[in-house]
Amino acid sequence: MFKRLGMFAIAVLVLAAVLAGCSNSKSSGSGGSSSEKGKLEIFSWWTAGGEADGLKALIDDFHKKYPDIKIENEAVAGGAGSNAKAVLATRMQGGDPPSTFQVHGGAELLTWVKAGKMEALDSLYKKNGWDGKFPKDLIDMVSYNGKIYAVPVDIHRGNVLWYNKKIFEDNGLEPPKTFDDFFKVADKLKAKGITPLAIGDKDVWESTMVFENILLAKLGPDKYRQLWTGEVPFDDPAVKEAADIFKKMLNYVNADHSSLAWQDATQLVADGKAAMNIMGDWAKGYFTSKGLKYDQDYGAVVTPETDGMFMVITDTFGLPKGVSKPDQVKKFLTELGSVDGQDAFNPKKGSIPARTDTDVSKYDDYSKKAMEDFKSNSLTPSLAHGSAAPESFLTKVNQAVNIFVTQKNVANFIQALKDASSQLKQ
Amino acid sequence: MLEREALETAEVTPAIKTKKRKRAGLSKDRWLAFLFLLPSIILLAIFVYGFISWTAYVSVSRWHSLLPDFTFAGLANYQALFHNFRFQADLRNTLFFSVFFIVLVVLLGQMLAIFIDQRLKAESLFRNIFLFPMALSFVVTGVVWRWILNPETGVNLLLKDFGIHPKWYTDTSIVPSWHIGQIDFGLPVALIAVVIAAVWQMTGFSLAMYLAGLRAIPEDVREAARIDGASEFQIYRKIILPQLKPITYSVVIIMAHISLKIFDLIYAMTGPGANYVTDMPGVFMFETTFRGNDYAQGAAIAIIMLIMVAVFIIPYLISSRKGES
Repeated sequence: MFKRLGMFAIAVLVLAAVLAGCSNSKSSGSGGSSSEKGKLEIFSWWTAGGEADGLKALIDDFHKKYPDIKIENEAVAGGAGSNAKAVLATRMQGGDPPSTFQVHGGAELLTWVKAGKMEALDSLYKKNGWDGKFPKDLIDMVSYNGKIYAVPVDIHRGNVLWYNKKIFEDNGLEPPKTFDDFFKVADKLKAKGITPLAIGDKDVWESTMVFENILLAKLGPDKYRQLWTGEVPFDDPAVKEAADIFKKMLNYVNADHSSLAWQDATQLVADGKAAMNIMGDWAKGYFTSKGLKYDQDYGAVVTPETDGMFMVITDTFGLPKGVSKPDQVKKFLTELGSVDGQDAFNPKKGSIPARTDTDVSKYDDYSKKAMEDFKSNSLTPSLAHGSAAPESFLTKVNQAVNIFVTQKNVANFIQALKDASSQLKQ
Repeated sequence: MLEREALETAEVTPAIKTKKRKRAGLSKDRWLAFLFLLPSIILLAIFVYGFISWTAYVSVSRWHSLLPDFTFAGLANYQALFHNFRFQADLRNTLFFSVFFIVLVVLLGQMLAIFIDQRLKAESLFRNIFLFPMALSFVVTGVVWRWILNPETGVNLLLKDFGIHPKWYTDTSIVPSWHIGQIDFGLPVALIAVVIAAVWQMTGFSLAMYLAGLRAIPEDVREAARIDGASEFQIYRKIILPQLKPITYSVVIIMAHISLKIFDLIYAMTGPGANYVTDMPGVFMFETTFRGNDYAQGAAIAIIMLIMVAVFIIPYLISSRKGES
């Protein structure tokens, strides 16, 4: 009997402990976040390499100016931000937004703006005298109904053709400026047994990037932008022409492209196994990490027929509604948009600043050239990186591209794009 | 996780049953048992069944972007799914992957177990060698096999000398490629590479199960057969293998639920593959939900996966309950 009572007591204790555990974790959850709300949470997917170093340099600079503000670096690792985006979505939906978060300018940012989750930042721009400091095309990407909603920090360029200098010199070739040039060069290389174009589209978006660059070339910046607003339909002849060129290009790519990631494709060019690669200018960081030098070992030109155009991938930060200390966040955003902040961050990350009045001497040769182009070129949003259109549309385009790369059926491809474009009107 | 649960329930439930028969009514013991179970019942109810119902609810909603929208959409999401090229390809891939994976794991596991059961000198060494892959995560297996089977740099460097050059997981051909729905139906050749990796990893598990089964067969049975003049081959064919049937049953069930839900191996090794030749519903679900932010569509895929697994597991649970009583 005594034994049984003892057992009963244990059972009650266990139950109590579990219940207490539940309620405890709950209260510590809310309690924790309320105490954390005193801190400035910076949410990003910059966890490794130059990106993490850049963020740290930025935070250090901010800390010098405002030693009292406690900063929480809440970077989430993995998958080009896909993990971070999932975490962010959960927090935003749960009404627990981070103080500020990394988001690509364009459609990705506007999803949150349209949902009424972001504060307009016009007063911040006015207060800091930022008018005219950023290119107008860029401000358009972070604006909705005439109001500005985010501060762009960095710029990457998407329409870059990387090539192996040695291969081009050995064969007496010039980097192609037009698609006719491209195919001439590619034929010569192919005859020599060199893979003309390296693609690594294990994650599909790499191919989507190649296609968007052809689209930009064939449509021009204005029509290209209108594609995403539904003003230009996907059965436009220029889109079909782009698909035809894309199809022809696929005859010149490495056979194992679907097993490679973008770095592997860049590596093929670095190793001299392939001559060219179309990739955003984060590829520069990869070449550099392999000890290769710009303009000696590898070269970079804009993708064919996109001279004067700049495919923009930009990371921006905004102010979510419902954060506890918006003043602190605004101070941080001010730092992000300042010349100091941008020059602390970008040289380390290997990107160029979103402002056009920063200190050029802090950047490498490739970036100097990109900064010049950035000032004067027509800026267009990248589809593959979520700036041109919502993710739901992008997923469908990626699916169409993945099928197209194998089946090479232009009519089916155009139809799939047309079907997907119903997602644009949401 | 699930394997262990399946095994445990099989062992534990009889004990409870006999107790129940001895004492009818609500004794203190039963109250106590109930009290002990209560926390896990509550947790299961919320975190398993609650969330399953929530997923089912989302799957009939119009939640297609980051912002929840719970208007009722009927079966529209399911309809869209079955008209989707990628999902049709996924179903084909799951079918072929599961069949090849399960058959090979069962056959190889059985063979190796019988082999190890021959009182080898270095028995424990062999056992460990075959069991080791099981200790790895599918992600590790995936990365390693991606390198090994890379058509340009992997095992092909060896095979090249023999004049063969398989494209492994980059092969986009499908045999025999009958056109059904939007897809070509047949075995996607690229899947063979994935099957090799998965079999390599899971054969150890089936080996362990069969070895345990073999060891559970008393030596007297074999001896009696030998006295009756049966050859070793006959002993295995007529006496031992029939007794291993329940083990085969368990192995098939456990492998089936692994293959139907497979995600990590595919994700680490091949990704969806060109033309979706190595895609699986799990990968599609992840990308739809967390990349494309199409929560309703993703939930619909998850529910279909649940149904596919249930088709295997529920008969198993029912029959194992019958076996006990």
